[in-house]
Amino acid sequence: MRLTRDRIIAFSVLLPSLILIAVFVYGFIGQTVYISLTDWGKGAALAVNPQMHLIGFDNYKELFTSFLHGRFRQDLINAFFYTVSLVLGSLALGLFLAILLDREPRGEGIFRTIFLYPMSLSFIVTGTIWRWLLAPEGGVNVLPSFIGLPAGQFRWISSREQILTFDWQSIPAITAIVVSLVLIFLAVRTWRKGTHKRALIVAFPALLLILWAVFGQRMVPQMLPIPERHGFNLATIGVSIAAIWQFSGYTMALYLAGLRGVPVGLHEAARLDGATEIQYYMRVAFPILKPITLSAVIILAHISLKMFALIFAMAGPDNAATDHPAVLMYLTTFRGNKFALGASIAVILFLLVALFIIPYLISSYREQRRRAS
Amino acid sequence: MTTKITWARVLLYATLITVAAVYVMPIYMTVITALKNPADINLDTAWQVPPHLNWGSFSQAYDKLGPNIMNSVILAVTATILSSMLGSLNGYVFSKWQFKGNDIVFTLVLFGMFIPYQIILIPLFQTLRRIHMYGGLPGLILAHVVYGLPITTLIFRNFYAQIPSSLTESAQIDGAGFFKLYLSVIFPLSIPGFVVTFIWQFTQIWNEFLWGITLTKYSANPITVGLAQLAGGQAVSWNLPMAGSIIAAIPVLLIYILMGRYFIRGLLAGSVKG
Repeated sequence: MRLTRDRIIAFSVLLPSLILIAVFVYGFIGQTVYISLTDWGKGAALAVNPQMHLIGFDNYKELFTSFLHGRFRQDLINAFFYTVSLVLGSLALGLFLAILLDREPRGEGIFRTIFLYPMSLSFIVTGTIWRWLLAPEGGVNVLPSFIGLPAGQFRWISSREQILTFDWQSIPAITAIVVSLVLIFLAVRTWRKGTHKRALIVAFPALLLILWAVFGQRMVPQMLPIPERHGFNLATIGVSIAAIWQFSGYTMALYLAGLRGVPVGLHEAARLDGATEIQYYMRVAFPILKPITLSAVIILAHISLKMFALIFAMAGPDNAATDHPAVLMYLTTFRGNKFALGASIAVILFLLVALFIIPYLISSYREQRRRAS
Repeated sequence: MTTKITWARVLLYATLITVAAVYVMPIYMTVITALKNPADINLDTAWQVPPHLNWGSFSQAYDKLGPNIMNSVILAVTATILSSMLGSLNGYVFSKWQFKGNDIVFTLVLFGMFIPYQIILIPLFQTLRRIHMYGGLPGLILAHVVYGLPITTLIFRNFYAQIPSSLTESAQIDGAGFFKLYLSVIFPLSIPGFVVTFIWQFTQIWNEFLWGITLTKYSANPITVGLAQLAGGQAVSWNLPMAGSIIAAIPVLLIYILMGRYFIRGLLAGSVKG
């Protein structure tokens, strides 16, 4: 039959692309995982077919426990702070701009173009420009002198200062406290809704976690031979500013599309009921924007975890204070010729991104199924 | 709507103009710094327009970046066309010739655009060396075509989903097969879809850096790598990197300003659930 034949043709047109994706995405991911478990070509790292022996998780162990790889551990902390600042900064600024433009000012198109243009630029261009603006002798530090203040002295991307420092050993305890705080928040909310039993079920593990964080610390095996301080590197602020400058227009576009999607009648109805504009946004518009916020958080978080070129161009790859696992992977692999160790960093980075992306793709898959049926 | 001049309105415009000024400020600084003589670049006059415009920065930067620009043009044009054509065919199959497991296969394809490319970089590097494509433009083009498939397929699939099935069905009743249907019905309606993917892919490929620096040798370096080298050395006089940034940004900025509507569509396609 004609149709069956066409179906076969259709699938065979798709097949080459599917094979390419299968090999270049899934095959290569598998290969990188495998490489990360080997000792890749000792002494002949650049061979086309290097000798490899499986050595288990030694590379990972080295990254997390070796005295030499403190930089990697600080990079993880940096990636965390980059993600938090890019997500919060872009969401807040983007929402603010979207609300302003939602008032339909004259010249809206021009403003929109201005807020969004950084998004079209390369990270390398953004990085080069902001490196100059934030250089110690650059433009931004001069600004205060225009209003009579002394010029700024802050070394935006080369500062060595660190705040919020903590010992690497206390990471489990910090995680436990953060998780229990979230659980307590959820419990209080469930309690208020009247489902008391469920609230108690949520509150119980929170209590256990806190007890463990306070008393059970000694049970955690010593992760490093000597205490190692990590914290929030002030030099990352400069990079975060450039990133927020680049991506806030994107969240603005997302939110503006969302706000424009609110039926006109709803805004009118809220006004007639005597709601102020603030009440309108808090009670009507923001709940509608929730799914957009969720998508934006996922997209921005995964961008910040992939942020390689911006840091490379802005702070230079050798700047330890602003370093990021994505940059360290490049240095370890292509400058240091330690391919297996580089592969392990890549796998850790991949797992962090997957944490955000896989639930996102599963939910979008489910949505498709629902729409199809 | 009547627009009365109220304090709220004044405040709205004042805020918008202030924020817009902050967004434009980096461009202003870039342009004036590019136009300065290296000797005139100092702290006190950082914000001032130079008394003597030094257009030489641009020709100097162009001398250094010229070969990189050529590479990027060849790279971006070829890879954009190839990945868009494949994306169009894939999107056509995914939307009009659905098969069993259609959605799950599509989701698995989509996954490819979210991975951090570090996770495939070492095998890609080794594979290109093994098939003797490492170091030059063909290898880089191959990488961009393959990893461009998820986004181009997504854009076209969503675009073709809007073509009513009554249109395709009537053509099929007239006896149009797979290719006839594509050429006579789908392709002629595809122009907006192609514009969105062309713009998106061109911008992405023009701006890409990680593969440029790891998969090409000096002679095949794209513009982003050239710019990073121009700016990366110690003791740079800032007018050159600034002029280089402008040269590297102009093609994508022009596309954005002239065809912003399509650029935004590509931008939203990657984030709004399909």
